Amino acid sequence: MADIAHVENRIMPERVKRSRMSKVLGNAEFWRGLLALVVFVLLWEVGARWKEFFGYSLPYVGLLPPPSDVAVAWTKVLPKWGYWESWYQSFKRVLSGFIAAMIIGIPFGLMLAVNRYFRDIFFPPFEVLRPIPPLAWVPASLIFWPTNEMSIAFVTFLGAFFTIVINVLGGARSIDVRYLRAAQSMGATQWDLFWKIILPGTLPSIFTGAAVGMGITWEVVLAAEMISGGGTQGSGGLGFFIWNSYMGGSLPQIVVGMISIGIAGYISSSLIRMIGTHFMPWRRMF
Amino acid sequence: MNIAVPRMPGPGREGQPGANATGGPTRGQISIRNVTKIYDPEGVNVMAVDNCSMEIAAGEVCMIVGPSGCGKTTLLNAIAGFHSITSGEIYLDGELLCGPGKPKAEQGADRIVVFQHGALFPWMTLAENVAYGPMVQGKLRKREAIEKAFHMLAEAGLGDFGGKYPGEVSSGMARRTEIVRALINNPKVLLLDEPYRAMDALTKSIMHESLLEVYDRTKVTIFFITHDLDEAIFLGDRVHVVTTRPCKLKKTVDVTLSRPRNYQALSSEEFRLLVEEINGAVHEEAIKAFQSGEREMA
Amino acid sequence: MATMATPGSGTTPASDLPTRLRTKPTGFALFWHQTKTSLASPTPYLTAFGIFLWFFTYWLLCEGLQLPRFVKIPGPVTIFSEWFSMNPTQGISIFTAEYYHHIAVSCRRIAIAFFLATAIGVPLGLLMGWSKKFHDYSFPILETLRPIPILAWVPLAILMFKGYETPVIFLATLASLFVTTLNTMLGVQSIDEAYFRAAGCLGAKKWDVFRHVVVPGALPYIFTGLQISIGVAWFSLVAAEMVSGDFGLGYLILSSYVNGVTVPMVIGMLTLGFVGWFTSIIVRMIGNRLMQWHVRALALQGR
Repeated sequence: MADIAHVENRIMPERVKRSRMSKVLGNAEFWRGLLALVVFVLLWEVGARWKEFFGYSLPYVGLLPPPSDVAVAWTKVLPKWGYWESWYQSFKRVLSGFIAAMIIGIPFGLMLAVNRYFRDIFFPPFEVLRPIPPLAWVPASLIFWPTNEMSIAFVTFLGAFFTIVINVLGGARSIDVRYLRAAQSMGATQWDLFWKIILPGTLPSIFTGAAVGMGITWEVVLAAEMISGGGTQGSGGLGFFIWNSYMGGSLPQIVVGMISIGIAGYISSSLIRMIGTHFMPWRRMF
Repeated sequence: MNIAVPRMPGPGREGQPGANATGGPTRGQISIRNVTKIYDPEGVNVMAVDNCSMEIAAGEVCMIVGPSGCGKTTLLNAIAGFHSITSGEIYLDGELLCGPGKPKAEQGADRIVVFQHGALFPWMTLAENVAYGPMVQGKLRKREAIEKAFHMLAEAGLGDFGGKYPGEVSSGMARRTEIVRALINNPKVLLLDEPYRAMDALTKSIMHESLLEVYDRTKVTIFFITHDLDEAIFLGDRVHVVTTRPCKLKKTVDVTLSRPRNYQALSSEEFRLLVEEINGAVHEEAIKAFQSGEREMA
Repeated sequence: MATMATPGSGTTPASDLPTRLRTKPTGFALFWHQTKTSLASPTPYLTAFGIFLWFFTYWLLCEGLQLPRFVKIPGPVTIFSEWFSMNPTQGISIFTAEYYHHIAVSCRRIAIAFFLATAIGVPLGLLMGWSKKFHDYSFPILETLRPIPILAWVPLAILMFKGYETPVIFLATLASLFVTTLNTMLGVQSIDEAYFRAAGCLGAKKWDVFRHVVVPGALPYIFTGLQISIGVAWFSLVAAEMVSGDFGLGYLILSSYVNGVTVPMVIGMLTLGFVGWFTSIIVRMIGNRLMQWHVRALALQGR
């Protein structure tokens, strides 16, 4: 059962915000989390270096590069232009596929929600294609599109598209009908209804879909980069950076790539959250 | 005309260990002495209850009336053992529930809460819900408990619904089941936290009569929180009006309406006079609460 | 209205009540109404038309008009004649053992991964939702590892686990583990505080609360999580099989591409979609069986 202190915090709304810093530092939760992370990294370090201490290596963990080696490899890579070029390439691919999915997916989802006939005709084929994992499209896409870049963009687009459409459709359909009636009783036209009720009412779901879609997009870009393995390290993106490190046998650098992608994914989902709170002031937590 | 209200179950007066020779109840006497509760969620002290004292006699129906979110529930939570108190003490039948050195009372089946929005476990049927208390306390085996639950539900006119899930029955039935779930444990005190808040007036009146009927049979002490003055006078032996946050005693009125009561009491002259007497105090607090503009806490 | 039926129960024979209850729910009336209107509406016909339109466009682009780039993609006629052919020219049809071997290998991997992820993720999530301390210690580690895409683990998995089978299963397990754990945790956190309090009032001890409140209360979220989790497991399985696989549907798709046979590739995609959809239906059915209370309440709300 939840801690009582925790419950009481929920019951009383906060009146005055203490400075963020002092709130974080005075919080047991923060220190526990930090402690756990430190212990985690230490265990990893010791587990990976087991052989140096005891003469034999642990199963699985012993094959991992120790975190200190990872840190060293990272400092070596940081000043290199190729590393940052990988970031740029991956971000470019993610964003292009993602934005295309938003531009096509949101109107498509809204059309499905608003127009019955449209939904009856287009939703079933959509549902038939949806369960196919996006990565299964990679080979077909490589055949169809003239360049590697276009096929990666297409698969990325697919990955985000299905999620966004499903979320938009669900969000728009779950809008409380009272809002629509209230607006109608105040004389709103169909146009007003769409722009003032349906679109804002769907926004939360759009952003949920976008956040999930962004995660899938990163997975897809990564896989596509690994499978198609485009060109030199510079134009290959972070997925190729990892694959290249694997081929070159540089274990620490693989982990550097993994962490980099983790950071990149985190940055993108934070961006979506920030944009979301900007466009939905009524959803801000008080 | 008297509408026949299904009898609510409960230990009969004869069988009740708390009933003495003269028939007056002796269990469930609560003393609340100088209780103060201060929350400190964000480093800012918020006083929910300020030096509140009241005596509740055994077998009394004690009604607490005040605006929404004024801290009444905090008081109830302290008795039930959900929250700690900052200072003061609370006794049940002379035993310390919480006080100095023991800020939080232990939760126990002698004080059972009926919640505002209902807390029947949605994953158990009504009968399983009722049987849960005796079963989990190890008093009865599962089969016996279920049997007894069905029996008590039938007494409350819910016999056919024992196998239903709470999500399938009306809120009135659910709330009535919740009271049965409390009574099966033979509690000293029933703590009711605005249990009929979300109900329409007609359902509410049925719930009132059925609660009165339960009380007449069991004479269990009832601590009832509400913001509905009519409800308070109709059900209670004594009505305490409390101030908006921090919660403090503002006015106490003894209800002289005779028992057993039925809905006709609502239109009596006596009832009207009582409403008149208390209304001013309640309204004043309502205005204060409204003007503070704080969001009500569920 | 339903609530109005009760007050009279003093004067109504109790045996009357169940019949009334059955006619009562506005949710059910609503559902019935919706069914009737949908039967009278053009929906079924439009759906058929939509599917037909989709197939026709597909056929027209690839086989009818043989447009420049589309001609490289096998059209529906080619695919279906190959898929159901006794003697497939490109090696894969419903009559070849190899086809079922690929399906079986993938399904076995999914079954192991899904089972492992559920067996670890559900208890872990329950504990994280239930104990604040455990949550404080474990959640940051989970949140640090979670943003790393599953695909980024591929090389590490290949290096850590030898052979074809283990890395693939490891990746699928890892993917669903995150989803299952987080959803279970959210499920516990979403349980209304009143249920904990009610259980405490009725004399439940810590362990009783866990068994009777935490587990059933989180169940709807757990099953939502499991449904997502099995989708994610398929997603990463395909990726893993493509990168490092020996048999399996993902391997079939990529190896067909590499060998230049396009029909088995599309058959693999469609099969994958169907099998993935089917497994998620199974998970939902199990969930509905375990949560009668949830299903019935939702049905009354007309959902």
